Amino acid sequence: MKTGTVLAALCVVGLTMPAMAGPREDILQGYASAAKSADAGFTGFDAARGKTLYGQQNTASAESPSCASCHSASPLEPGKTRAGKIIDPMAVSATPDRYTDAAKVEKWFGRNCNTVLGRDCTAVEKGDFITYLSSL
Amino acid sequence: MRTLVSLAWLAALSTLALADGSRGVVTDQLTKTECSACHMAFQPGFLPARSWQALMGNLKEHFGEDASLSAETTAAITSYLVANAADSSGKPRGFARGLPADQTPLRITDLPRFKGEHGRFSEATMKKAGSMSNCAACHQGAEKGIFEDD
Ligand code: HEC
Ligand code: HEC
Repeated sequence: MKTGTVLAALCVVGLTMPAMAGPREDILQGYASAAKSADAGFTGFDAARGKTLYGQQNTASAESPSCASCHSASPLEPGKTRAGKIIDPMAVSATPDRYTDAAKVEKWFGRNCNTVLGRDCTAVEKGDFITYLSSL
Repeated sequence: MRTLVSLAWLAALSTLALADGSRGVVTDQLTKTECSACHMAFQPGFLPARSWQALMGNLKEHFGEDASLSAETTAAITSYLVANAADSSGKPRGFARGLPADQTPLRITDLPRFKGEHGRFSEATMKKAGSMSNCAACHQGAEKGIFEDD
């Protein structure tokens, strides 16, 4: 009984801890600090702006006009690269280990923002994007 | 004696396999991980060293996409690809045979011998594959180096 209670308590801690202070939150924290130092008026990330970034059509690349062109119109669905390789869904609810490896996240923002937008994404855009995909 | 004979057999068999399409697997973990996100990791034996060098020299503009990596990772992958390239033992093998020395194709699918073996496909087949670079659309064993199953 006692062990059961302890185990149950551990499970609760194990389940809730990552949501409060896991690697994804650390990554978001980092983008928030960067956003604040770039603009003192920064008030927080916004899922709606992230959604716009995810779906909007851009002109830098004919083959890859939007993030959704590879990652699929619905972030809950798998996407596909130009060479036909399947990409796991971008929504955290569908692919739980999304945005938990800082080096991976930075590598792909670096590449894909450049491919699709022809420039780097700002810290605000990165934070908005992850906030949107964590909200679905 | 018997072991010797079977060893010789094995050697002959594996050379044969290499010669007729089985290019083995990508053995370098870094290459396997970093070069397989957008397409399968292509076996180094498909292109001559100069092609790999050219390709790895401009990952920022990689067929219309930014595929850039850190300088260290780029260097490590380049040395693996070059060391195992189609012409790593002198004479070019596979699709790279007979490629004029002054040509540096960036695509396997642009090699004359590749084209020779991949005549024309119906629109439906091409639509399903999405791209000529999608080997596994037709060759299910592509990542294991098995391409004779078409
Ligand atoms: C040309 C295809 C393509 C386009 C267009 C594209 N991506 Fe990606 N993206 C990928 C691939 C491939 C991966 C790596 C595979 C994976 O993580 O499942 C990836 C991964 C990512 C990751 C890492 C996710 C993680 O788990 O850490 C982020 C962040 C990302 N993309 C953001 C974007 C944004 C923002 C855009 C639009 C500006 C975009 N992508 C457009 C192909 C694309
Ligand atoms: C960000 C996505 C991405 C990554 C990462 C990537 N590639 Fe590519 N690669 C592409 C695209 C897109 C094409 C063109 C596909 C097409 O035309 O359909 C391509 C094509 C190729 C081709 C030519 C295929 C053919 O048609 O013959 C080679 C060779 C190649 N890549 C090697 C590499 C190597 C080596 C790496 C690792 C250093 C790598 N790629 C990583 C996106 C990527």
